[in-house]
Amino acid sequence: MTRHSSNRRRVLPGFKVTLTFTIAGLVLVVLVPLATIPARAISAGPHALLLAMTDSRVISSFRVTLTTAFAAACVNAVAGPLVAWVLVRYRFPGRRVFDALIDLPFALPTAVAGITLAGLYGPNGWLGRPLAALGITVAFTPLGIVVALIFIGLPLVVRTLQPVIEDLDVEIEEAATSLGAPRTAVVRRVILPCLYPAWLTGFSLAFARAIGEYGSVVFIAGNIPMVSEIAPLMIVTKLQQYDYAGATVVAFVLMAMSFVLLLTINALQGWSARRLAG
Amino acid sequence: MFLRSAARFLTSVAFALLVAAPAHGQALLNVSYDPTRELYQDVNAAFAKYWQKKSGQTPSVRQSHGGSGAQARAVIDGLDADVVTLALAYDIDAIAQSGLIRTDWQKRLPQNSSPYTSTIVFLVRKGNPKGIRDWPDLLKPGVQIITPNPKTSGGARWNYLAAWGYAQKQPGGNETKARAFVGELLKRVPVLDSGARGATTTFVERGIGDVLLTWENEAYLALDETKDKVEIVAPSVSILAEPPVAVVDKVVDRKGTRAAAEAYLQFLYTPEAQDIAARRHYRPRDQAVAARYASSFAKVKLFTIDEVFGGWQAAQKSHFADGGSFDQIFKPIGRR
Repeated sequence: MTRHSSNRRRVLPGFKVTLTFTIAGLVLVVLVPLATIPARAISAGPHALLLAMTDSRVISSFRVTLTTAFAAACVNAVAGPLVAWVLVRYRFPGRRVFDALIDLPFALPTAVAGITLAGLYGPNGWLGRPLAALGITVAFTPLGIVVALIFIGLPLVVRTLQPVIEDLDVEIEEAATSLGAPRTAVVRRVILPCLYPAWLTGFSLAFARAIGEYGSVVFIAGNIPMVSEIAPLMIVTKLQQYDYAGATVVAFVLMAMSFVLLLTINALQGWSARRLAG
Repeated sequence: MFLRSAARFLTSVAFALLVAAPAHGQALLNVSYDPTRELYQDVNAAFAKYWQKKSGQTPSVRQSHGGSGAQARAVIDGLDADVVTLALAYDIDAIAQSGLIRTDWQKRLPQNSSPYTSTIVFLVRKGNPKGIRDWPDLLKPGVQIITPNPKTSGGARWNYLAAWGYAQKQPGGNETKARAFVGELLKRVPVLDSGARGATTTFVERGIGDVLLTWENEAYLALDETKDKVEIVAPSVSILAEPPVAVVDKVVDRKGTRAAAEAYLQFLYTPEAQDIAARRHYRPRDQAVAARYASSFAKVKLFTIDEVFGGWQAAQKSHFADGGSFDQIFKPIGRR
């Protein structure tokens, strides 16, 4: 493969202009705002950093955020592929409507989602009342947080997997079957390996999104300190108390988490892609 | 029901964006806390007439509302407020510490710079099914209480201090007993909203909880909106809430709006504005107006924050700052 080092070989002009825009945009919109967070956290000093990180309320808010985000991502990791599979492989009335509905959590303001879910699962809600009769309280408990995070995370898994499932060649499955592979083997040896990288990506996206989610969660969480207070809420709470340093420190830790998460997933993807190729 | 609260939320966001737009002409911006929307809509209309007669100018006053702490932070961060009318002196003190307001602000206007007062009352379901009459009834078995988070809500801090002050002022009352009382009370709170309006929505529209601790004026507003769903119970003892007002010196001097801004705050003390405040269920400072509306406010024994807690700075430090009594009450819960 030859490298396209000169403009002469390109069909469309405008490489320099678009690259300038891309870099300027990335720097202004992404890099500069992100860089101010560690800068502010460091300028707060190691003492403030330590103080904020050892506060038991902050620690418990991270525990709540990580456990609920992980639980929601796990649920989505199971439900997402199922939904994607059904939407791609089967034809049924209303399929297009369902397909469009998947994007609703993206389009809806998260606050609206939060208010709706809290109403639905609240003690007097359509779902909350029968569930309460069974002894299950969803709204205003960590379980409510998980419900909200499942809602906002599902489209990420579905939309990541859909194109991959569309690309799967049905003939390969047929070939495997005709060569005598049992159904479980077709799923395990033929389908799943192809879905694995996208599945991991979807899971990580849902997980990362759930860690940062604020708008929908605060309405359904109950926000009780040490029980159902999420880390992003701690940022808001600290700002309300004029504790800029404390807020920045929490923000910094959240940012670091997202970073580590994305890097890990990238590495995993690279590894699985190499394994598939080899 | 949820659509209505959602719509209300969206309009308030849209409104907040609208008023946050750059100033045009001599418009004043009044940055206020959550439940004063209706009060200042009326006050602003009356002030426009009053100021036009007096100076010939037609001032327009724009309003911005939100949690008291969040609003103060917005002003510190550069929101161009000519005047601030917040829920508690601590939040205006915070703005003063940033240098935008002179530190002697509370002495510049009569009555600690609070043109109207309020107190903390209970809102219960129609018919008062749980029989709630006074503070001790809140701890009856099976009673759920709605109050916002005192870390983020000015109203919630008044709620918290009202309960604490009640317990401390009982015969044989002391700090240990007050802490135990407030701790028991908070155990009965299923959801901590971030602001007073949010808590009202949780209680009234979503039907959660048996009693809402809230501003007297907010309780009356909820009553007006939902005639047959709730009723107000005034406790025997409560706190005298003094929401203060101040001119933001740095902003009015830069915009050249000092005269109008000062007139606006002084207007709040006139019988006309006091009458509006009373109609909106704020307790007026003006004796004559207060006498006229005496029947519309419950007789509650009121104590001040200075007398029980030694002022806002001290109360903030010992109760709501990190590691204060509020944090201490919740710490053991995590270890369950």
